[in-house]
Amino acid sequence: MPMNEYRVLSPTAILGYGFPESSFDEGLKRNPDVIAVDAGSTDPGPYYLGAGVSFTDRSAVKRDLELIIAAGLDRKIPVLIGTAGGAGANNHLQWNLQIIKELAQENNWHFKLATVQSEIDKEQIKEQIKEGRIEPLHPAPELTEQELIQTTSVVAQMGIEPLIQALDQGADVVLAGRCYDPAVFAADAIRKGYDAGPAIHMGKILECGAIAAEPGSGSDSALGTLHADGFIVEPLDPNRKCTVTSVAAHTLYEKTNPVELPGPGGYLDLTETKFNQYSDNAVKVTGSKFIPLKKYMVKLEGAKKAGYRTVSIAGCRDSIMISKIDEVIEAVRSRVQDNFHRQGYNYNLHFHIYGKNGVMGELEPNPTVGHELGIVIDVVAEDQDTANTICSFTRSTMLHYGYDGRIATAGNLAFPYSPSDFKVGLVYEFSLYHLMELDNPTAVFPIKMMEV
Amino acid sequence: MKKVPITELAKVIRSKNAGPYELTMDIIFKDESGYQKAVNSKVINKSLISKLYHINEDQIINIVQFPQALAIKATIIRPRPSGALGETDVYGAQQHAPLLKIDIPIYE
Repeated sequence: MPMNEYRVLSPTAILGYGFPESSFDEGLKRNPDVIAVDAGSTDPGPYYLGAGVSFTDRSAVKRDLELIIAAGLDRKIPVLIGTAGGAGANNHLQWNLQIIKELAQENNWHFKLATVQSEIDKEQIKEQIKEGRIEPLHPAPELTEQELIQTTSVVAQMGIEPLIQALDQGADVVLAGRCYDPAVFAADAIRKGYDAGPAIHMGKILECGAIAAEPGSGSDSALGTLHADGFIVEPLDPNRKCTVTSVAAHTLYEKTNPVELPGPGGYLDLTETKFNQYSDNAVKVTGSKFIPLKKYMVKLEGAKKAGYRTVSIAGCRDSIMISKIDEVIEAVRSRVQDNFHRQGYNYNLHFHIYGKNGVMGELEPNPTVGHELGIVIDVVAEDQDTANTICSFTRSTMLHYGYDGRIATAGNLAFPYSPSDFKVGLVYEFSLYHLMELDNPTAVFPIKMMEV
Repeated sequence: MKKVPITELAKVIRSKNAGPYELTMDIIFKDESGYQKAVNSKVINKSLISKLYHINEDQIINIVQFPQALAIKATIIRPRPSGALGETDVYGAQQHAPLLKIDIPIYE
């Protein structure tokens, strides 16, 4: 073991979610060896990966980065940013790089920056599928050729190895594409000889900032300290505490199986992990192991075009209409279909009925109606004009539909807005959630070094 | 035997995506005693989850206990991948509601 301990400062759960400067300064006082931040997630859905835009706000990302990079340069410690731009494809990486270049110019910074790309060419995906080196990650389905054509971008989740390579080349700041979330927190520690099990498990907790504390927060900082026999996590705001349950519970978060957590090249085995209260606000974790697997597999994520969306929002307060809502919807649906049967439009028409099962859909165990309903008419079609046509026609048909027993003959819907219909534009769906085998953990993650 | 509402024993009941194709539900208990009561009652099982969510048992990936966190966790296959046509909850953060109605039988 090269050092007695190694400290990782995690400013916030997602770059752009912000953090109090007081917490960040407290973290800096502890002399961190690295500042690392995760910038992404698939949680906001397929749109951001598909369209190549960030789900975080540019000004908010710039604010966070200004404080983080200034502190890293000032202390001569590396700064690692994972899953740039929220989804980590090339567009997202460029977007974040532009912000960093702007900041460097405004602050007169000069440093060595490495970008690590993670977007995978679709031709390569096709080849690898043919060679049987890509398989769907259960319960995701097989990828069809048509879906691959519709797919706009595919990223692979890199592990620690490409990040270590970038650090070895002397990068002060590493801006990485799609990363396995803990990788940016663990890479430099593992590079310096710390055991991968505790380093990666610590990264899993730190990647969410202070969410693993009580009260939890996604916009506050946390510090992790690696020792020879485990690690300690603590929040940096004096009003928060890490407790055994808050830290152990975080290990469950967004995971299928809490004791076996797969990642690039292997998995974390937490069967023998122990959580102990180390001090009033810190928890010590021991016994976490990383088990490397023979095949080095990385996770792929891809999004494809689903069509163009138009939505209309309305409410209904008439108890007679509400009691007949299912038959009204079916009648409107067939009227729309019948009206345009000669045009052969290709569309998907969905009604979200809030007050019945709008939140849970088919999973709703209690689809009884309330005294009022919120209705979202949701149309996705192959082009925007068709989506507009179907949405508009569905809305006017539903507004004036003469259902059996109707006594309110002026109109069935209450619209909060004029215009009543909203053109969303292109929308996407996930098309890849697969595993790809690599010959070498750095094979598909090209590094570019630059002087900023 | 008496029945205790799970909301009296648990401090966290939540749902969230576990990746775009799975939905995972966590019940984290206030203390060891509440956790043990729930575990001993054996009521949080595949049959209950399939009833609460109107799904077949083959749609349930697993139900696991995690004593370090005083937690029981169930993971199911999403009705559709996150954000696909017909989606109602992209993050999956509001799918926990049926769990709030669980009663834990306690045998004194």
